[in-house]
Amino acid sequence: MSLRIVVTVKYVPDATGDRHFADDLTVDRDDVDGLLSELDEYAVEQALQIAEDADDAEVTVLTVGPEDAKDALRKALSMGADKAIHVEDDDLHGTDAIGTSLVLAKAVEKAGYDLVISGMASTDGTMGVVPALLAERLGVPQVTLLSEVSVEDGTVKGRRDGDAASEQLEASLPAVVSVTDQSGEARYPSFKGIMAAKKKPVESWDLGDLDVDAEEIGLEGAWTKVDSATERPARTAGTIVKDEGEGGKQLAEFLASQKFI
Amino acid sequence: MAEVLVYVDHVDGAVRKPTLELLTLARRVGEPVAVALGNGAGDTAATLAEHGAVKVLTHEAAEYADYLVVPKVDALQAAVEAVSPAAVLVPSSAEGKEIAARLALRIGSGIITDAVDLEAGDEGPVATQSAFAASYTTKSRVSKGTPVITVKPNSAAVEAAPAAGAVEALAVTFSDQATGTKVTGRTPRESTGRPELTEAAIVVSGGRGVNGADNFSIIEALADSLGAAVGASRAAVDAGWYPHTNQVGQTGKSVSPQLYIANGISGAIQHRAGMQTSKTIVAVNKDPEAPIFDLVDYGVVGDLFDVVPQLTDEVKTRKG
Ligand SMILES: Cc1cc2nc3c(=O)[nH]c(=O)nc-3n(C[C@H](O)[C@H](O)[C@H](O)COP(=O)(O)OP(=O)(O)OC[C@H]3O[C@@H](n4cnc5c(N)ncnc54)[C@H](O)[C@@H]3O)c2cc1C
Repeated sequence: MSLRIVVTVKYVPDATGDRHFADDLTVDRDDVDGLLSELDEYAVEQALQIAEDADDAEVTVLTVGPEDAKDALRKALSMGADKAIHVEDDDLHGTDAIGTSLVLAKAVEKAGYDLVISGMASTDGTMGVVPALLAERLGVPQVTLLSEVSVEDGTVKGRRDGDAASEQLEASLPAVVSVTDQSGEARYPSFKGIMAAKKKPVESWDLGDLDVDAEEIGLEGAWTKVDSATERPARTAGTIVKDEGEGGKQLAEFLASQKFI
Repeated sequence: MAEVLVYVDHVDGAVRKPTLELLTLARRVGEPVAVALGNGAGDTAATLAEHGAVKVLTHEAAEYADYLVVPKVDALQAAVEAVSPAAVLVPSSAEGKEIAARLALRIGSGIITDAVDLEAGDEGPVATQSAFAASYTTKSRVSKGTPVITVKPNSAAVEAAPAAGAVEALAVTFSDQATGTKVTGRTPRESTGRPELTEAAIVVSGGRGVNGADNFSIIEALADSLGAAVGASRAAVDAGWYPHTNQVGQTGKSVSPQLYIANGISGAIQHRAGMQTSKTIVAVNKDPEAPIFDLVDYGVVGDLFDVVPQLTDEVKTRKG
């Protein structure tokens, strides 16, 4: 039977742009260009490699997000994914990680899966908890933060480099995996890939298709509340000196004046 | 006063510093009750009591080391049910965040991750977080259930606050999911003898400008003269010059030391994300236009191969 891989991807504001909050304290998506989160490219890459090693596999990319999020799906399709699912609904605006994991879980179940692969975190929210939440909701093993991953005979194996130790992990499919940016460079879409992506199917689902109540998601349904967001004051301009042979000594003098030495 | 659960990060009974910082924050919101799991859990009690834990709930079982994350979630859930706390605080490590998230979902509570400060508020604890590579500061709270909050290292001072620290056995029944992901091998990270990167008061980092693995000895020498931890940019890590465990930035460690010294690092947004909240920032870079200079309290425009060894010598001389 074919190995069904679903890759969850997020459309995020470009980190090199001037990111800020909108009036309702959600991420402002209007003023900064969006793109497929770079950290999700690693997930797409590992999915494609696992699919290439399997006899028969299908890679579906799934995103929850506004209309423009289709760009993220196109990028993943042009890298080589087979099809895409876009969950879009006006009620989704302001959904937190808990709510997002609900929508993703319902969508993954509806799509059918043996393996879910996510990036290690989004580059905007940076919480890094959605894969764990997804595993909890789906009731399947969580095999997360892998810098190496492989699938064989219905078992997923991988290496997780933690703070205290590097661990070898193993779980039976179905499972939820997340991969880090150490898992291997993501491929660039080829011209052929970009052309082919235009013909690949992109399904659109809304919350009704997924039996998700509007109360459970969105800004109102969020279980956390942001009370304020203030721009960090620019750091006061420091002293910059040019090294004329005494730069190290001058720096030492500064450190001593600050009581570091 | 309401009780606050604090999840204890320890290695065979040795409590790691971020947990002691959590006890400081927990005391602002209620009475700290610590939860220590796995091998050596009982040995944590004395240290935790010294820093304010009124109770230490312990449970030792092989599952905590043999399976990923879920056994710890089961135990923390049992602790929440036993104590009915006002909040649950967990250190913001990769694993800590995963444990906290699953716990929050199970108990129907909101979760806040990577808090850098915590205060009591009328509607429950208020957490301060940094957003968008620390260019914003937000204040948030959990609006549903028992607040579950993960806190970054170096967010509070470790304070002595002697309390009873009475040890109680926690009753835990593991869920069906507990044994889902097996840990089949474990290679402990070798100790360098230097302070832990996320916990260090001073961090000395090297980037692409260091230009080679061997040259990192210059960075290490400066770090050792100051008793500092060593960090690296992703460019240096990707080049294979320094281990990934030392990477500072969005996909590495987030550090917030008293002093951060960046050498041969340009200051890309993803690097800044991991060090921008440092108290004092110093940089050595030969390019006067490098964005890192926008952040510094003191910067030297120059060749690091001249400046850094001279600085190291001067530090040694001054320290005698
Ligand atoms: C999704 C994503 C995640 C990322 N995560 C991280 C992360 O966690 N951490 C991170 O660091 N980066 C991260 N990056 C990469 C980041 O964008 C930069 O590429 C990286 O930080 C650059 O490292 P660098 O400053 O060492 O190198 P460069 O940008 O090449 O800068 C080198 C600097 O060294 C200076 N220099 C050269 N020679 C000397 C000399 N002899 N003396 C003094 N100065 C010298 C140069 O003037 C230059 O400013 C990430 C990128 C992406 C897309």
